[in-house]
Amino acid sequence: MAYDLEFEKPLADLERKIVALQRKGDRLKPDELRQLHDAERDLRRRTEEIYKNLTSWETVQVARHKDRPYSSDYLHLMCDDFFELHGDHAFSDDHAIMAGAAKLDGQTIMFVCHQKGRDMKEKQFRNLGMPHPEGYRKASRLMLQAEKFGFPIITLIDTPGAFLALGDEERGQSEAIAANLYLMARLRVPIIAVVIGEGGSGGALAISVADRILMLEHSIYTVAMPEASASILWRDNKYAPQAAEAMRISAKELKHLNLVDELIPEPLGGAHHNYRLTADNLKAALLKHLAQLKPIPMDDLLELRYQKFRNIGVFDEV
Amino acid sequence: MAKEAADPPTSSTSSNQPGSGLPSGNLVVKCNRCKEILISREWEKNLKVCPRCNYHFKLSAYERIELLVDPDSFVEIDANITSSDPLQFVARTRDEVQEYAKKLSEERKKVNMNEGVVTGHATIDGMPLALAVMDFRFIGGSMGSAVGEKITRAVELGIQRSIPVLISCASGGARMQEGLYSLMQMAKISAALAKLGETGIPYISLLTDPTTGGVTASFAMQGDVCLAEPGALICFTGPRVIEQFMHVKLPEGTVNSEFVLQHGMIDAVVHRRDLRHTLARILCLYPPGNGQSDAHFKR
Repeated sequence: MAYDLEFEKPLADLERKIVALQRKGDRLKPDELRQLHDAERDLRRRTEEIYKNLTSWETVQVARHKDRPYSSDYLHLMCDDFFELHGDHAFSDDHAIMAGAAKLDGQTIMFVCHQKGRDMKEKQFRNLGMPHPEGYRKASRLMLQAEKFGFPIITLIDTPGAFLALGDEERGQSEAIAANLYLMARLRVPIIAVVIGEGGSGGALAISVADRILMLEHSIYTVAMPEASASILWRDNKYAPQAAEAMRISAKELKHLNLVDELIPEPLGGAHHNYRLTADNLKAALLKHLAQLKPIPMDDLLELRYQKFRNIGVFDEV
Repeated sequence: MAKEAADPPTSSTSSNQPGSGLPSGNLVVKCNRCKEILISREWEKNLKVCPRCNYHFKLSAYERIELLVDPDSFVEIDANITSSDPLQFVARTRDEVQEYAKKLSEERKKVNMNEGVVTGHATIDGMPLALAVMDFRFIGGSMGSAVGEKITRAVELGIQRSIPVLISCASGGARMQEGLYSLMQMAKISAALAKLGETGIPYISLLTDPTTGGVTASFAMQGDVCLAEPGALICFTGPRVIEQFMHVKLPEGTVNSEFVLQHGMIDAVVHRRDLRHTLARILCLYPPGNGQSDAHFKR
């Protein structure tokens, strides 16, 4: 375990003490043993306390934690077999989107996921999880394929946003995202989108027009990353924490606003403290929602999906 | 993402009262691009296009409607829909407090409009259509819940009456102050347009200066026919953000109508004086209800 975020300092201190005591092993004196138990209990209590009251900006830091499980981790922990399918079959293969068919509890599912990289080399390979247009076109190709074979679609969302270099403009980043929104709105298979870390802007929305939108407990979903919003609102991205609070981007607040359907609980201290448990929780939620969606006749499901998005928005009629 | 990224409207264009055909108070106007001094009256007769460099000035929503549709045929709907403040957005920094509610009331007073889009129905050469026209002056034409709702209702009007839909875009993208609500408007309008598409009714999108961010990445690019005015800034990410992010300097006018036309993202770039005629041709070529329902976008 590692507590290395700034607001986790008190936890890190406690943990150091525990580790020091544990190292003594059999040589622990009775009062040291008691100290150890106390410290462990204290750590648990403090962690619960801190994580129950995370601010939006703190949630951003947990959602971006360097050890947080990524899509491929969940795929390996949840699925029996994942066969990755590459490329948009037109221009290129985008490694920021990982997609393919997999068996989840015996049924074939089409997974379309953002994939981040963990070390420097992989980060570069995955382009920090920021897809190019060809990534969204790969997603579109495979979602159409899922419709062809009647496979439900599950998307795992974890991106700071779509990539924004000049090359992406040239290849039609807007068109690629727009085409996916249009496609997913009428796709004739059940779709579930889960935000597992960062849900950033149009780059996230482009694969999350779904019948269910779920979020891991400490994830975020936002119209623009706090840094980008701050530079729009104040022309200075050092105000990102203020922007994060004002925009209400944490999963908990979004659930409160009824913008997401369900929160999936994370282990104490965040998903990175227990991959297996997080994956089990995620799988249970996915199976539950799949079971709910599958019996609904397709025309009804499309109308429900339409109404779901149709009803989002708060405005006045004067 | 790139809300308010483009230049604010010039004082000369914003001083025009919406819908009035009268010349504004100023006798001369300076072209934003070539800095030529233009006589107001002639400039307005030229549909607010610079005769020297062909720069298309921004139009207000009502000016554009007057430009596009048959005289007196426009009937506005949903004019009473306006933004509320769903997040109670207050952002404090050391030297500044930004309150969305306050900003809204200021903007309403400044632009004398309820929201950044005007919707309704009208005819072009006698052919009916539903339309939504965005106005850049209202918080950078940004899209919040009210804008999303009004446009969606205009699209639904098209479905109900089986008439083509036109959306004229002028927007910096999503409205930050409404957080995820504003992002979801992209999905909401797209869903309505996809439904419209299934019924075989054409949707024409017109991209004007500027069309950026979430608006470009949704309904602006979903038109069966996508038109743009010359020289309009059209992009997903504004040049300033690209520069910040990629640390490269882009020459002026890198991402504009001609750029997206050249890269195959839109169908045509049309001069302002030809717009109405072009729309009439398209409406005539694409009679609604002729097609077979086809669920998928451009496939």
